[in-house]
Amino acid sequence: MDIDLILRVYPFFLEAALVTIQLSVLTTILGLICGALGAAARLSRSAVLRAIGATYVSLFRGTPALIQLFILYFGGPQIGIQLDAFEAGVIGLGVNIGAYMTETMRGAILSVDKGQTEAARTLGLSRWETMRKVVLPQAMRLMIRPLGVNINALIKGTALVAAISVVELTYTAQRYIGSTYKPFEMFLLSGALYMLIIYITGRAIAWLDRRARIT
Amino acid sequence: MPDVPFIEIRHAAKSFGALEVLKDINLTVDRGQIVAIIGPSGSGKSTLLRAINELDPLTSGEVWLEGVQINKKLPHRQYEKHVNQVRQDIGMVFQHFNLFPHLTVRGNITLAPKMLKGLTTEEADRLAEEQLAKVGLSEKIDEFPSRLSGGQKQRVAIARALAMKPKVMLFDEATSALDPELVEEVNLVMKQLAEEHMTMIIVTHEMDFAASVCDRVLFMDQGVVVEEGPPGVIFQTPAHERTRNFLRKHLARAAGQA
Repeated sequence: MDIDLILRVYPFFLEAALVTIQLSVLTTILGLICGALGAAARLSRSAVLRAIGATYVSLFRGTPALIQLFILYFGGPQIGIQLDAFEAGVIGLGVNIGAYMTETMRGAILSVDKGQTEAARTLGLSRWETMRKVVLPQAMRLMIRPLGVNINALIKGTALVAAISVVELTYTAQRYIGSTYKPFEMFLLSGALYMLIIYITGRAIAWLDRRARIT
Repeated sequence: MPDVPFIEIRHAAKSFGALEVLKDINLTVDRGQIVAIIGPSGSGKSTLLRAINELDPLTSGEVWLEGVQINKKLPHRQYEKHVNQVRQDIGMVFQHFNLFPHLTVRGNITLAPKMLKGLTTEEADRLAEEQLAKVGLSEKIDEFPSRLSGGQKQRVAIARALAMKPKVMLFDEATSALDPELVEEVNLVMKQLAEEHMTMIIVTHEMDFAASVCDRVLFMDQGVVVEEGPPGVIFQTPAHERTRNFLRKHLARAAGQA
């Protein structure tokens, strides 16, 4: 293993890791927004909204994220959507993970005991007041860990945007392989950095989860 | 409105698909009356109770409280507004307490009065203290429900319902989930409410309690009120074979447990 080479190129990989982190953060935010909207639609009283939510989920979970990215980035200009690679990456991955987060949030909301809703409604709270003051605070606690699983998948999923040439960790590894012919070292280095990001994220989520459980 | 009954249920019927759980039930309850509903499981007694506050709406029939129809047929939005309003007058206590685990005892009691009656934090706190004193749990005001025993949870649930100053209280097997040694403390609170002439409808399996506290006892079986009367009559000299059977089985079971 060429340690010297790794020491020489790692600063460029750190920069690339920063891009991966940016991608992950923005994708998470967009995913949470899509997930919240999706879950609200799927739990709505309106049959139309429920159908829209269900279609969203099955469309984006039922096709490869890579194809979704390609349609957005390469196919987009054909229908008037011009995005740079980074934007396309965030939007493509965010909307994709949002479909998974929709199901995570919906599951957490549904797993709050029905007696909670009954007690709140019996006191005279409306559907929305009950959701906001009684069900959601409890569902939030339940969804931290499963959302963590979604975020873990999303971070690894950011590697896909190398295919539309966003200069993040995976793309950077490929680029340096082209000039050094050392795929083992380059992929190992990027893999180690992914692991570090995921480890730290995992710890942060475990901490949040513990905090939410105190009481 | 002296001639308007306090609570009136007219021709109440409910079915889940082909299954008829309530069949043409009629019932009037006067202000301050305490009514026990007894009967085997599946007799429809909980469903009837839950129909009174629209938790389980009737398929047909009417429920009235002080001349206001609870189960009015209205367009969705108006219906929601209407039930949210009338439910404020109907307190309910559940078998499994259903306290909000993310809120303290104080938070449980003050949530609805603050949101729905516009009480300030100070007013709501005073109300919570008042209601907790009544159920003997003043010192638990800042505890979370997970730190309370079952009996204490149920007393807090009663305080939470009372904080809305309801006109009537519904008890759905309030002591069925409790360990035997915790039943008495909840019964005491209910007796105290009885002495204050709170109107109560109590679905229960506890015949001794029903006999000692209630003005009237309804025996339900298979979705109908088989017979009703003062506890002395229902428990001592029931007119119907089904009532006698139920009480005999129930006594045998209670003896077996003791």
